[in-house]
Amino acid sequence: MLCQNCEQNEANVHITRIINGEKTEVFLCEECAEEKGQFSLESEAFSFQNLLSGILNPDVSSSVSREAALKCENCGLKYGEFSETGILGCAECYDQFSERLEPLIKRIQGSSQHEGKVPKRKGGDLRLRNELNHLREELDQVIAEENFEKAAELRDQIYELEDRLGSEQK
Amino acid sequence: MNIGDQNLKLSQWISGEGPQQDIVLSNRIRLARNLEKTAFPGRAGREELSKISKKIRETKEVENKNNLKYIEVNNISPVERKILVEKNLTSPFHLQNHPEAGLLINEEENICIMINEEDHIRIQVLTAGFQLNSSWEKADKIDDNLEKDLDFAFSKKLGYLSACPTNLGTGLRASVMVHLPALNFTNNINQLLGAVSQLGLVVRGIYGEGSESAGNIYQISNQVTLGNSEQDIIDNLKDVTLQIIEEERNTRKRLLSERKNYVTDRIMRAYGILRYARKISGEEAMELISQVKMGIDMGVIDSLDTKMLSELMILIRPAHLQKRFAFEPGEQKEEIKRASLIRERMKQSS
Repeated sequence: MLCQNCEQNEANVHITRIINGEKTEVFLCEECAEEKGQFSLESEAFSFQNLLSGILNPDVSSSVSREAALKCENCGLKYGEFSETGILGCAECYDQFSERLEPLIKRIQGSSQHEGKVPKRKGGDLRLRNELNHLREELDQVIAEENFEKAAELRDQIYELEDRLGSEQK
Repeated sequence: MNIGDQNLKLSQWISGEGPQQDIVLSNRIRLARNLEKTAFPGRAGREELSKISKKIRETKEVENKNNLKYIEVNNISPVERKILVEKNLTSPFHLQNHPEAGLLINEEENICIMINEEDHIRIQVLTAGFQLNSSWEKADKIDDNLEKDLDFAFSKKLGYLSACPTNLGTGLRASVMVHLPALNFTNNINQLLGAVSQLGLVVRGIYGEGSESAGNIYQISNQVTLGNSEQDIIDNLKDVTLQIIEEERNTRKRLLSERKNYVTDRIMRAYGILRYARKISGEEAMELISQVKMGIDMGVIDSLDTKMLSELMILIRPAHLQKRFAFEPGEQKEEIKRASLIRERMKQSS
């Protein structure tokens, strides 16, 4: 059989992709396969959603089908629908499916604790707490560097934030 | 609604005048946000979507600042939609007939807020060259201001809640569009891009997820959005990009010193074809423009300006040509018109 791409060399590489149950087969020669490999970086064939549904639908055991029937009480999305599309229905879904989502989030993101920006109004004292944590880390660092002038400055800032946090909690 | 007059005008960030512009064409910051107690767009009904859109458009940030113009996706023609994608202002997904999907764009086209795409809000800031920090500061400010009037879905543990768990946490996707002809030419690109993916970054083609690379242009962005601060994400992308810039520059220098005849011949041939071709495919044109751009950046060609080339990379895309020369998709005219536009611009510039 000849390579489906260049139609010149003998096809000795066989690529099968199964995405959402749809099977595609390609027969290529080594050269073209290598070239294709270059493009596979950008290929949609393995988008996140495809991979996710692969992770979520490994086989059809009874526990999986029970899981699929789980439903978000707020928006009505079934867990099974999420595992097909990778898209949740509402913010509440994160709580409703938390047990199942947590390991998944860890797998995708490598972490399950937010470290970044906190909305000013909605975040409450979390914003101050994060700032406080950063200052404390910085303090440790400047002490290690024996930069005591800077350390004194940071310490004052930390006291001030602690005061603010304390008064907000009362 | 007619956005025709604005259509063929190119935004400043596309013209590519910015720091490190010989390699970094542009950069983008994107923040995903959702309103609390409201279903995500994919699950919300038409009425709800319309309320969401109205709520966002009625914020003080949108009404009073930035001169944002609202474009409702369903009210513009298919060609105009494609033009928005070709300019990288929105995603193909956003344009698939979703009810109440829209875009808020400012006149300079460097701020573009998508409404009811996969998430309720996606703030995008685009800048020419390599200026990630200033893009981030702008996006951060828009986000702060929107939050004054909107309650965003947020959890202390998971951060900003997004429709897809891949955008959780910061909701930040920072990306740079880099032009790497020399690395591609010397076959070092795959090795480099492989290394990049081990550093928490993703490499994509020119139109984001699922697109192929064209004209040696790659989009590099952060992979994970949760667990690192925005500044850490941006710093990582910056550090890696700086190394890529260095690699590409060194490779160009080596090409010039070690294979001068070969590489200048290639560049000048590319230039010749662009100057005189009567019919050209988008793929070939992108490849040749890429080589000529490298030639200018390397000092091999000094009679052209790179701004014109950066613009051509957008203007020769199918929907842009269709709009400019008013022909129907699928007509044979595309390749002929593309060649004639390129000839005209090259002649003007030289």
